[in-house]
Amino acid sequence: MALVLTEEQSMLRDSARGLISDKAPVSHLRSLRDSKDPTGFSKELWHSFAEMGFAGLLVPEEFGGSGLGFMEAGIVMEEIGRTLMPSPFLATSVVAASALNRGGNAAQKSEYLPKISNGSLLATLAIDEGAKHRPLQTNLQAVRAGNGFKLSGAKALVVDGHVADLLIVAARTAGAAGEREGLTLFLVNPAAKGVAIERTIMVDAHNAARIEFANVEVNADSVLGEVDQGAALLDGVLDIGRGTVAAEMVGLSDEVFNRTVEYLKSRKQFGKLIGEFQALQHRAAELYVDIEITRAATMKALQALDADVAKAASSVAVAKARAGTTATRAVQEGVQMHGGMGMTDQFDIGFFMKRARVCEELFGDANYHTEQLARARGY
Amino acid sequence: MTDSKPSDTESAELETFRAETRAWLEANCPPEMRKPATSDADVFWGGRNAKFSSEPQRIWFERMRDKGWTVPDWPREYGGGGLSAAEHKVLRAEMAKMGARPPLSSFGIWMLGPALLKYGNDAQKKEHLPKIAAGEIRWCQGYSEPNAGSDLASLQTRAESDGDDFVITGSKIWTSYANYADWIFCLVRTDPTAKKHDGISFILFDMTSKGVTTKPILLISGYSPFCETFFDGVRVPKSHVVGTINRGWDVAKYLLQHERAMISGMGERGVGRPLGQIAADSVGTDGQGKLDDAMLRGKIATFDVDEAALAACAERAVDLAKAGQAHPAFSSAMKYYGTELNKRRYEILMSAGGVDVLEWESERSRQGARPRAWLRTKANSIEGGTSEVMLGIVAKRILDLPGA
Ligand SMILES: Cc1cc2nc3c(=O)[nH]c(=O)nc-3n(C[C@H](O)[C@H](O)[C@H](O)COP(=O)(O)OP(=O)(O)OC[C@H]3O[C@@H](n4cnc5c(N)ncnc54)[C@H](O)[C@@H]3O)c2cc1C
Ligand SMILES: Cc1cc2nc3c(=O)[nH]c(=O)nc-3n(C[C@H](O)[C@H](O)[C@H](O)COP(=O)(O)OP(=O)(O)OC[C@H]3O[C@@H](n4cnc5c(N)ncnc54)[C@H](O)[C@@H]3O)c2cc1C
Repeated sequence: MALVLTEEQSMLRDSARGLISDKAPVSHLRSLRDSKDPTGFSKELWHSFAEMGFAGLLVPEEFGGSGLGFMEAGIVMEEIGRTLMPSPFLATSVVAASALNRGGNAAQKSEYLPKISNGSLLATLAIDEGAKHRPLQTNLQAVRAGNGFKLSGAKALVVDGHVADLLIVAARTAGAAGEREGLTLFLVNPAAKGVAIERTIMVDAHNAARIEFANVEVNADSVLGEVDQGAALLDGVLDIGRGTVAAEMVGLSDEVFNRTVEYLKSRKQFGKLIGEFQALQHRAAELYVDIEITRAATMKALQALDADVAKAASSVAVAKARAGTTATRAVQEGVQMHGGMGMTDQFDIGFFMKRARVCEELFGDANYHTEQLARARGY
Repeated sequence: MTDSKPSDTESAELETFRAETRAWLEANCPPEMRKPATSDADVFWGGRNAKFSSEPQRIWFERMRDKGWTVPDWPREYGGGGLSAAEHKVLRAEMAKMGARPPLSSFGIWMLGPALLKYGNDAQKKEHLPKIAAGEIRWCQGYSEPNAGSDLASLQTRAESDGDDFVITGSKIWTSYANYADWIFCLVRTDPTAKKHDGISFILFDMTSKGVTTKPILLISGYSPFCETFFDGVRVPKSHVVGTINRGWDVAKYLLQHERAMISGMGERGVGRPLGQIAADSVGTDGQGKLDDAMLRGKIATFDVDEAALAACAERAVDLAKAGQAHPAFSSAMKYYGTELNKRRYEILMSAGGVDVLEWESERSRQGARPRAWLRTKANSIEGGTSEVMLGIVAKRILDLPGA
């Protein structure tokens, strides 16, 4: 498979870019933030997304989706990254849809996937519990009770948690924190008794929530996949999230970079365009190289996911690790090279810095993924 | 289906090609040739005075040459394999999978060949390309001069017109393997009055021509792979100019793109075993099998991430070129990163090896193979254009930043 976009993929990118840059430039995020919008994204835009087939992009056609692959999901995420558009696309259409599609039984799929495709259902994965992404440390307890389970514990950084219609909760049905055995995924109604959701206003003005579960009762049908054997399903779903978030970070990095290069070509000091100073030229060139390499690594990871999710882990670790360091560098250079302007809220560049920080933590930061690669290689 | 996606029959043909290639390589690549070259003796350079360092090296070279696979993507009429870009990618991937070495290394393959294919006339192509493919003639590169390094276009070696000939006088420096080469591709000034880029020609001549002398220079690695090269009234027919007289800079630049792409490949070229394992042998591991040096482990892991990412980018660069979407200066970006990465690789190898890799002479150390290789890599970010020059090219030609 060539690491270039096919004609269909280029068309998909163009249509995603057209819609997003037209309807959701960075000013869209700014106004949602400033108005303290209770939803945190535009429902109208989400309906356009559904109409264009993006909401169900990964959902098989038999469930009303577009049946496309992770490369295509990455293309949309990259465009989202360019304008930082807040959208349920990641939580609902990528992560939750993948969890349901890969782990769901026939009844679960036909109940939820068509609603994801038509934009009427928002869903999200509740995974992290501590300050850092450590999926195996999952300690939210699910104990058998009658015909079902009772869930107790707390989750953080649940993307779209306060607007979701369906929570996919990683819980421990056996074993101790740190073990692979004993993880189970549950489909939980956020309106169920004992669920307490606190919307957390985050640095990047994107949706997230802390959710507490106090003896929340779920029945046996709400298990997604197999009891105690959730780790493999979770690995795949998380890798899909990681690969596509890496794509968002590539878009974000590229956009910051383009804006910065334009600034270097327009700002004058010492009677010259600052882009004439070699100290800045070389740093810009290094950043360009970094972004291109990370872009290729991300495409490689998305292709690997499309080929076989279960075998994509190393490629995904490389992509997410690279995306983390590259985006961090891109936003820092972006602010620095804009001088005092880069520090102002009125100027957009800071929004990219904030979003990059959140993306870095989402599904594991660069250190986490570098560590994963070292372990996979056995040293 | 659109044109950009291969049709089913095309990909089926490619899979057949893959299977056949794999089987052929399995049957024909001697086991000794299935590990990376670790010293210059492991590399076969060809040429009039070529010697094989081992029987497997000879067998492997001859079998590949007979298939046209010393230059798999060159046209068959010039001794190449006539492979399409997709087939070439398959061959490279299959060779990489088994760790097969290139059967022939040469400046003719990496640099001159591509330039001749684009700028050479029929006679020049027919004369030189088959000899490069067959490893009969070994070439060297006469670009740099004492006062023209990064600022290559300020070169002063002059070629004066005399009837059908040019008479060449001047000196080159850092000419790799000039003392072993049969022919040279050389940049000379044919119009001293023109602006510096406009009076240069790209010319080919035999190193045994009267007036050519070479003097080896010792490197910090203790080897002398390059020379000072002197030309004292060397007579060369004008028909040996490639491209147009005084337009040699175009040829020179095009050739440099290929040189840089080749050098950047060093960043992807492993040293046989993964760094993590090599380090485990010397620094040891803890109960969980983790390297007993957490900082070194972190550096290796970060290196591994970057190396894998660079490999993806190199693959993409080839795919972009094939799709006609590549920026011509992208090889400078790859050269910069690939060479800096290779230097990092050897810093890690030295740090991992510790005291054991400081020996310079001895059988045990294979005559200091590791420290010599480490020192050699320092040239990667100098030869073929320095890292600073590469960043300058990216800044100006790709990013279009202002200034001289
Ligand atoms: C939080 C904050 C507080 C401040 N407080 C004060 C204050 O109290 N009083 C006050 O007077 N000012 C204040 N400043 C202004 C500050 O001193 C300027 O922002 C600073 O001098 C940079 O100038 P600039 O913003 O115009 O950036 P520019 O000069 O436009 O620089 C843009 C970029 O170009 C680079 N650059 C510029 N020239 C060169 C060169 N020759 N070679 C290489 N790179 C170059 C810069 O390093 C920078 O990365 C403050 C700024 C901030 C952010
Ligand atoms: C092992 C090896 C093999 C070689 N083989 C060959 C060969 O076969 N044929 C051949 O023709 N040449 C060969 N070279 C020469 C090589 O191409 C030159 O060394 C290289 O182009 C740099 O030129 P220089 O050595 O004169 O350094 P200089 O150009 O003098 O550079 C010195 C330093 O200044 C920096 N610098 C220069 N200009 C700028 C600028 N504008 N901005 C910022 N920094 C700058 C450089 O990056 C470098 O760090 C070889 C070199 C080596 C080390």
